[in-house]
Amino acid sequence: MKYLLLALLAGTPFYGIGNYPLHLVIMCLLWGYVYTSWSIMGRLGLVSFGHGSFLGIGAYSVVMLWNHFGVSPWIGAVVGVVLSAVVAVIIGFPCFRFKIVGHYFALVTLALSEVTRLIIVALRDQTGGSLGATPNTALAQGNAWSFGALQFSDKIVWFYAILAVWLAGLWVWAKVDRGMTRLALEAISHEEEAAASIGINVTRSKLFVTLISAVMTSIGGALYAQYQLYINPETVSGISISLQMVFGVIAGGMYVMLGPTVGAVFTLLLAEGLRLALGDAFKQFPALDLAIYGLMLVLFIIHMPKGILGTAQEAWGRASRPH
Amino acid sequence: MEIFDIFLLEAVLNGILLGGLLALLSLGLNLIFGVIDVVWICYAEMIMIGMYAVYTLHVQYHWPLLAAMAAGIASVALLGALMHQFVIRPVLSAEPINQLLVTGGVLFFLQAAATLAFGIEFKNLGVKLPPVAIGEMSFSFPRIIAFAVAVAGVAATYLFLTRSYLGTAIRAISQDREIMPLMGVSPGRIFVATSALGGALAGLSGCLLVLQYDIHPAIGLSFGPITFLICVLGGLGNMLGGLIAAFIFAQFISVGGFVFAIEWGYVIAFVFFIAVMFWRPQGILGGK
Repeated sequence: MKYLLLALLAGTPFYGIGNYPLHLVIMCLLWGYVYTSWSIMGRLGLVSFGHGSFLGIGAYSVVMLWNHFGVSPWIGAVVGVVLSAVVAVIIGFPCFRFKIVGHYFALVTLALSEVTRLIIVALRDQTGGSLGATPNTALAQGNAWSFGALQFSDKIVWFYAILAVWLAGLWVWAKVDRGMTRLALEAISHEEEAAASIGINVTRSKLFVTLISAVMTSIGGALYAQYQLYINPETVSGISISLQMVFGVIAGGMYVMLGPTVGAVFTLLLAEGLRLALGDAFKQFPALDLAIYGLMLVLFIIHMPKGILGTAQEAWGRASRPH
Repeated sequence: MEIFDIFLLEAVLNGILLGGLLALLSLGLNLIFGVIDVVWICYAEMIMIGMYAVYTLHVQYHWPLLAAMAAGIASVALLGALMHQFVIRPVLSAEPINQLLVTGGVLFFLQAAATLAFGIEFKNLGVKLPPVAIGEMSFSFPRIIAFAVAVAGVAATYLFLTRSYLGTAIRAISQDREIMPLMGVSPGRIFVATSALGGALAGLSGCLLVLQYDIHPAIGLSFGPITFLICVLGGLGNMLGGLIAAFIFAQFISVGGFVFAIEWGYVIAFVFFIAVMFWRPQGILGGK
């Protein structure tokens, strides 16, 4: 069943759905991957508002190194990953060591994502500031793709690349889910002192998932930059995108593997659906989808804290269980 | 060198003026956190609604500015009470992080609602007040007004909390949420009153900000983060700590912005915040 669905998904480019729908599918997978990365630590009680920082570091590392030094995005992505890991440790280690949890953790990481956005804006001579940046094209003279520059004009290539990354993200999620660290962190998120007293190394366990999550998010940022070929401090860093990740996960379902992906699909389809349903009216009300989205988030958190997929699974489980 | 010092002094004084405003911004949020134990991530968006209310009444309906401001404050106070009643109350017993997140949903909603109602264009009151020159230094007049009103607002809130019955009950609830119901204080009503008061303070902040800045739907994002960080730096719920933190932050922004560039002022302030968090996670004045 699982593999059948996957095969169906893998065939998407050949259904003749056209470029724009294919683009939407790619965006769903890409954001699904990023949200999954966030949820690896979010579901274990580490609600970070700082993932905009890792996304931004990933995206700007590849574009800046490519544009200013001609360094291949492959190396740029590695640099971004290393930078993100360093930042994650610099922020994470003291946070976990000094038991900064809950609200305080959320707000410290919020400061981090704002710092990243402001630094990008402040370095406007190099980064282009709020106007954003575009990677120099490597696709001149009819070249359809350049592997070294990680630029492909063909959406099919991107579809498979991002599908693979998304699957890898799910694999890591499942790996962490089955590992001892998850059990340790679940114990920690319930009662940190008690967990420490039975010999769980709280700092190390938290740092472990934070590093995984940060590194994955950074790769997501690099992919986003290479696929969209345009980045902007507001869309890859700062408070907005950080909150968007958190809410995508909540809407979809934080505690199930495909929850974050469902959240990403839901968010994108809501905007697209409203665009189609409202037609021209949509152009007059540019923020209608966001208003509905915000309202739905409030209702979700109040009435469906397990998210769409989590609630659906629960209902499914109840229905199939004999009474 | 002398000129440099004069400008540095100007930056320091401007920082003090900004500090008063930031103190007022963070006061309402701190009050709500201290009493209800919930952080309104959307607090800055409520301030934005206040700004739009003043703008609409004054510019579109030609109300006198002061009447528009009074109505603005009242409408945000009402919004605060509604916010508590319909958004916070249902999640009071849920996990704390859900309470934080639900207000984030309100943030998106208010931002989008403002875009729907007013568009993304920058709006302003069109009230231009001349700068005040003292020697070689010049200060923006709206900033001086904002500082004075903010200080008065903080003082009035302090008096309200210490001298009135309702204020005493609010402080009592914030000290012990379990015992107070036994003493005949209804926490539900106190929570609504606190939310309305927090909303009124947001409305007042909006009135002061609208004198200085253009309004646009995303304006909350530009001063929202700094407001939370001030509260956390001072120790969430600790109002005196919040005041001190506001002035510290304002100096970083103003002097840092003067020496480098305005974004670097913010970067320094945020990095300072992160560093202090590691040193005193409970905030500079927060208890355990």
